Amino acid sequence: MEKLLEVKDLHVTFKTYGGTVQAVRGVDFSLNKGETLAIVGESGCGKSVTVNAVMRLIPSPPGEISNGSIMFKGQELTKKSEKEMRAIRGVDISMIFQDPMTALNPTLTIGTQLMEGLKQHQNITGKAAKKKALEMMDLVGIPNPEERLKQYPHQFSGGMRQRIVIAIALICEPELLIADEPTTALDVTIQAQILELFGKIQEATGVAIILITHDLGVVAKIADRIAVMYAGKIIETGTKREIFYKSEHPYTQGLLKSVPRLDTEGEKLTPIDGTPPDLFSPPQGCPFTARCPFAMEVCDKVYPANTALSDSHSVDCWLQDERAKQLLAATAAK
Amino acid sequence: MLRYILKRMLIMIATLWIIVTLTFILMVSIPGSPFNSERASNETVQANLEAHYNLDEPYYVQYLLYIKSIVTFDFGPSIKKPDQSVNDLLGRGFPISAELGIVTILVAVLSGVTLGVFAALRHNGIIDYFAMGFAVLGISIPNFILATLLIQQLAVNLSIFPVATWSSPAHMVLPTLALATGPMAIIARLTRSTMLEVLTQDYIKMARAKGLSPWKIIIKHALRNALMPVVTIMGTLLASILTGTFVIEEIFAIPGMGKYFVESINQRDYPVIMGTTVFYSTFLIIMLFLVDVAYGILDPRIKAGRKGGK
Ligand SMILES: Nc1ncnc2c1ncn2[C@@H]1O[C@H](COP(=O)(O)OP(=O)(O)OP(=O)(O)O)[C@@H](O)[C@H]1O
Ligand SMILES: [Mg+2]
Repeated sequence: MEKLLEVKDLHVTFKTYGGTVQAVRGVDFSLNKGETLAIVGESGCGKSVTVNAVMRLIPSPPGEISNGSIMFKGQELTKKSEKEMRAIRGVDISMIFQDPMTALNPTLTIGTQLMEGLKQHQNITGKAAKKKALEMMDLVGIPNPEERLKQYPHQFSGGMRQRIVIAIALICEPELLIADEPTTALDVTIQAQILELFGKIQEATGVAIILITHDLGVVAKIADRIAVMYAGKIIETGTKREIFYKSEHPYTQGLLKSVPRLDTEGEKLTPIDGTPPDLFSPPQGCPFTARCPFAMEVCDKVYPANTALSDSHSVDCWLQDERAKQLLAATAAK
Repeated sequence: MLRYILKRMLIMIATLWIIVTLTFILMVSIPGSPFNSERASNETVQANLEAHYNLDEPYYVQYLLYIKSIVTFDFGPSIKKPDQSVNDLLGRGFPISAELGIVTILVAVLSGVTLGVFAALRHNGIIDYFAMGFAVLGISIPNFILATLLIQQLAVNLSIFPVATWSSPAHMVLPTLALATGPMAIIARLTRSTMLEVLTQDYIKMARAKGLSPWKIIIKHALRNALMPVVTIMGTLLASILTGTFVIEEIFAIPGMGKYFVESINQRDYPVIMGTTVFYSTFLIIMLFLVDVAYGILDPRIKAGRKGGK
């Protein structure tokens, strides 16, 4: 499989009045062509910052990509000028935002907003642009596209708007689509429709998707692989099966236990107690130590190495260390 | 839409009627008459004059006569300058006042918006501090003081611009500056704050994610939304510019309508008072209507609201 995106040791910091926030602290992940990667994790763990860094849309100041590499189709994005990035945004990499109610400009027609990207990046006639726009409206399932193009965002429902946002993102046929919580603001039935739409689009265009979400149900439906983020780091990554059935990190396990399931009715939900660490001064060791039921002395002092459990599955946890395993075996024997 | 316009027309006429009535009440309740300052007049002459202008009639008859003169838009001759009709005065004064007003509005809007946009883009930078400091000064200095300062410095001391009157573009500079600075400062501050807010909106981020150039984003996506509140206050600003012209025309000896208006009140020249008031009110009411229309064009949500409200 061909690698589309490879992020290595990405660090993003924000300088604020209160000090420097280390929002992303050494993130590695990669994505193949046509694949769907889900990034999950608690609020504030750095998911949005990570994908914004890939788009080079971190507001600067106060933000800065302080270290790391982002390789996209063999090009180093961190070294690109703003002008070079503009030729990539919307063309090779597109983005969808959380709230479709605010992502569209209220004073411009849908048609204008849809065709604007095309006109910016391609030398295209008005007629051809319109044809393409109608095609996209069709792809995302908006009836009467001809009339709808002339309307304004307030004339559409939330679900329809998200479809339009998706159409806008896809109109230049990007290879990578980043969706930052695309269904969070929608009601449940619409959520399901939009997720279905993602599947359909991927089939039709072969676009790779990075999907950020809080909703493990969403992940289970459409992700190929999952990256679990915690306090600015990816602490476990693997295929959907590996994460759902063979997760090794106590945080991932806790995350899965805190989701309601119909097949285990009557069982209590177990929230993860405590709160994530302060990213102004993140701990040296594993950031999950304070909340971890298996915490050992070393966890607080040294960050665990990345352990590969299979080709696709890896985890940052001291429990994977041989010494920890021996210790566990010894206590179990007693 | 047609219904909406008709409804607006009715409201405009009602507003005008209220203004005319109030003006009439105020006019007859200020003590004095056009004639009692005249040296030569004895009682019989004064009575004859008053009879000539119907001033001896009961108030309700005078009121009806005024309403008639408004409906026919014929206010008769001025009492003080009997050889000139009120319509003549308006016809001569209005173009000059309109010129001053239009230039002032253009200067205020263009420079106010530009200043506001740059201040927002260089948020907390030197341009921002400079622009906002300037704006605070502009808002707090009354136009008549600014006018006097400008005359003192630029006309008298440095002789760059003429001191007064209205006969060439150079003559227009100082009055326009004096009149435009306040509104410009208000527009600049408002544009800056709405622009700052608009720039944090998701649709701006989305426009960036499309790979649009910064200027395209600012002009096409941000400015249009940021101008909405500016359009909203345009009505108020127009009114204040209009009243400002009374003062500025007086200070710079500009022979516009404002000068006649002030003069007519001092001299109790009733037909001229009525004529100018009706003219000013009609003008302002129409302007406010146009502002509303502009708002509807800028913000498609408003138009829809209207259609729905039919
Ligand atoms: N512009 C900014 N200035 C300062 N700090 C920021 C900025 N943007 C993000 N951060 C910080 O970066 C951290 C990660 O934020 P991020 O938005 O990536 O979280 P997230 O994982 O997307 O959370 P959510 O699920 O709530 O969207 C947070 O602690 C946040 O305070
Ligand atoms: Mg987020």
